[in-house]
Amino acid sequence: MEAIHLWWIGEKDPGPRTLEHLQLHLGRAIGLPVAVWDDPARPPDAYDARRKQWSTSRILAWLVQSGPPGLVLAVTDQDLFIPILTFVFGEAQLGGRAAVVSSARLGEPGLPDPRVALERLAKESVHELGHCFGLVHCDRPGCVMGRSSGARDVDKKRGEFCTTCRGRVMRSGGEAR
Amino acid sequence: MSGENTRVLVVDDEEIVRESLGGWLHEDGFHVQNAPDGRAAVELMKGDRWNVMLVDLKMPGMDGLQVLEEARKLQPEAAVIMMTAYATVDTAVTAMKLGAFDYLVKPFDPEELSILMQKVVAQQSLVRENAVLRKALKKEHRFRDLVSKSPAMQRVFELAQVAARSNSTILVLGESGSGKEVLARTIHEESPRAGGPFVAMSCAALTETLLESELFGHEKGSFTGANARRKGKFEMAAGGTLFLDEIGDISPKLQLDLLRVLEERKFTRVGGNEPIDVDVRIIAATNKDLKKAVADGSFREDLFYRLNVIPVTLPPLRERKEDIPLLVDHFLDRLEAEMKRRVKVSPEAMSALLAHDWPGNVRELRNVLERGAVVAQGDVVKPSDLGLAPAPARAPGANAPGEPVSLEEVEKRHISEVLSHTGGNVSQAARLLGIDRVTLYNKIKKFHFRRDGEEPDA
Repeated sequence: MEAIHLWWIGEKDPGPRTLEHLQLHLGRAIGLPVAVWDDPARPPDAYDARRKQWSTSRILAWLVQSGPPGLVLAVTDQDLFIPILTFVFGEAQLGGRAAVVSSARLGEPGLPDPRVALERLAKESVHELGHCFGLVHCDRPGCVMGRSSGARDVDKKRGEFCTTCRGRVMRSGGEAR
Repeated sequence: MSGENTRVLVVDDEEIVRESLGGWLHEDGFHVQNAPDGRAAVELMKGDRWNVMLVDLKMPGMDGLQVLEEARKLQPEAAVIMMTAYATVDTAVTAMKLGAFDYLVKPFDPEELSILMQKVVAQQSLVRENAVLRKALKKEHRFRDLVSKSPAMQRVFELAQVAARSNSTILVLGESGSGKEVLARTIHEESPRAGGPFVAMSCAALTETLLESELFGHEKGSFTGANARRKGKFEMAAGGTLFLDEIGDISPKLQLDLLRVLEERKFTRVGGNEPIDVDVRIIAATNKDLKKAVADGSFREDLFYRLNVIPVTLPPLRERKEDIPLLVDHFLDRLEAEMKRRVKVSPEAMSALLAHDWPGNVRELRNVLERGAVVAQGDVVKPSDLGLAPAPARAPGANAPGEPVSLEEVEKRHISEVLSHTGGNVSQAARLLGIDRVTLYNKIKKFHFRRDGEEPDA
């Protein structure tokens, strides 16, 4: 499979460290080259004014239509939702090529070390890309594909796939180590 | 969460809800299918089994409550979760009363959905496990209509199963109400004669002449009132089984007649000369001590040996109290089919049933439960509904007067009684005795009890 494109679609400037860290982390977990896609375009109709949140399904559709070729992970600082849930950390096309992840709820106020939020974002990025490789949620303790309903759940996971999930990613074109 | 074997049906008229919820659950590994309205959901319920249904309350046409009602009828074991907007929370509460598993207010908090789905998966796996265990237990503790887990009855079942395959005469011994006829019928149904008739006849309370005519039939005019030829039970049971209850009560003349039939496999009707071939398997039963009757000369020894080819003894219910909960369950199933109403027995009522001595055995238990089910206000049978006389007060380890025993002996007898009362349940017995389980286990070991309080066979 070709390289993974990392695309910042948030409002504020993420700063160089955020994308670098994600690049490094994703490259290590999935084993594919990760390139930053620098484009100022933003999904035009994904914002829901009533909910004051961004619709992941519209973002995913826009990524496929307007984004770079191959696997693309959009990263934002805006709050995301799917219609049935109050919020989501991210969403991906299961077995598809687009995923989106948000830092909006990963760094609660008063978090002593900002690196914790960055680590959570890295884990959720790997998690959403895992869905693109066809992975569903995993029950094995510590696997990055475990379901996270809150930020604390993310802290319980490691940033990597378990052996079984890693094997599936490799068979699907990743080269996870 | 492990949802791999869990089938989920999402019913919502909004496509976006179906897709987002379906996608979310699919990522959790659930097998998900969507239905756009109530009618489509009902059709899917008719075709497939669903473990969980997430149903929107407000839908055009058939609404969520109607879908819930159909689900209760078509798939009562499925967990139905209602989805609702704030405005209809009252309706969701109504849905809970109608048997919904839970409800979620849209949009859901991811954690709430996640926890609820974990609860459903756990509940569904318990439902499956429970069904499997109940089925296995019922199979293990049953011999057709006979229900028991007591070792003594298990031996009866084994013997009866072997006996059923032969054509030999069987003598069933047991107290009144212990299930002698039920056992005889079961043996018949398990035997190669199952396709033939099962004819039951009580030999008590009939005069000698009447009984003779009932058994062997009579020719027209053979006695006053014999206006037509009549077949007796031996002829009616041809090709099948003849069950002769209360065999210990028949007169010496009939004993002789019966002995001849058993020896020659032929008989003649009363007033007739024509010998008729006998093709029946005899199962006789009595609550009398036939050996004693032979000893005192009231029962023919030769007939006793003819009948006693395969003796089967049914233990009285008071000696197999561990069967009471099983039998209660069995009779409540029966009563449910008859009364179209399921009743439960309260823990207090069950204690009263376990404490009773059951002189009328299983028949008495069945009658007491029937009374309880009829009298009960609501679905729970309470002790007062059973109409059982209170057990006579008896000092623990009571002994025959003038026979002093040691303190240890009193303790041994009391523990034995309590263990027997709890059907061998050590935790319950320890609670009743006011000691901890370890102490009770030590005493069981010390007194060489089995856990049902019985002393082991020598």
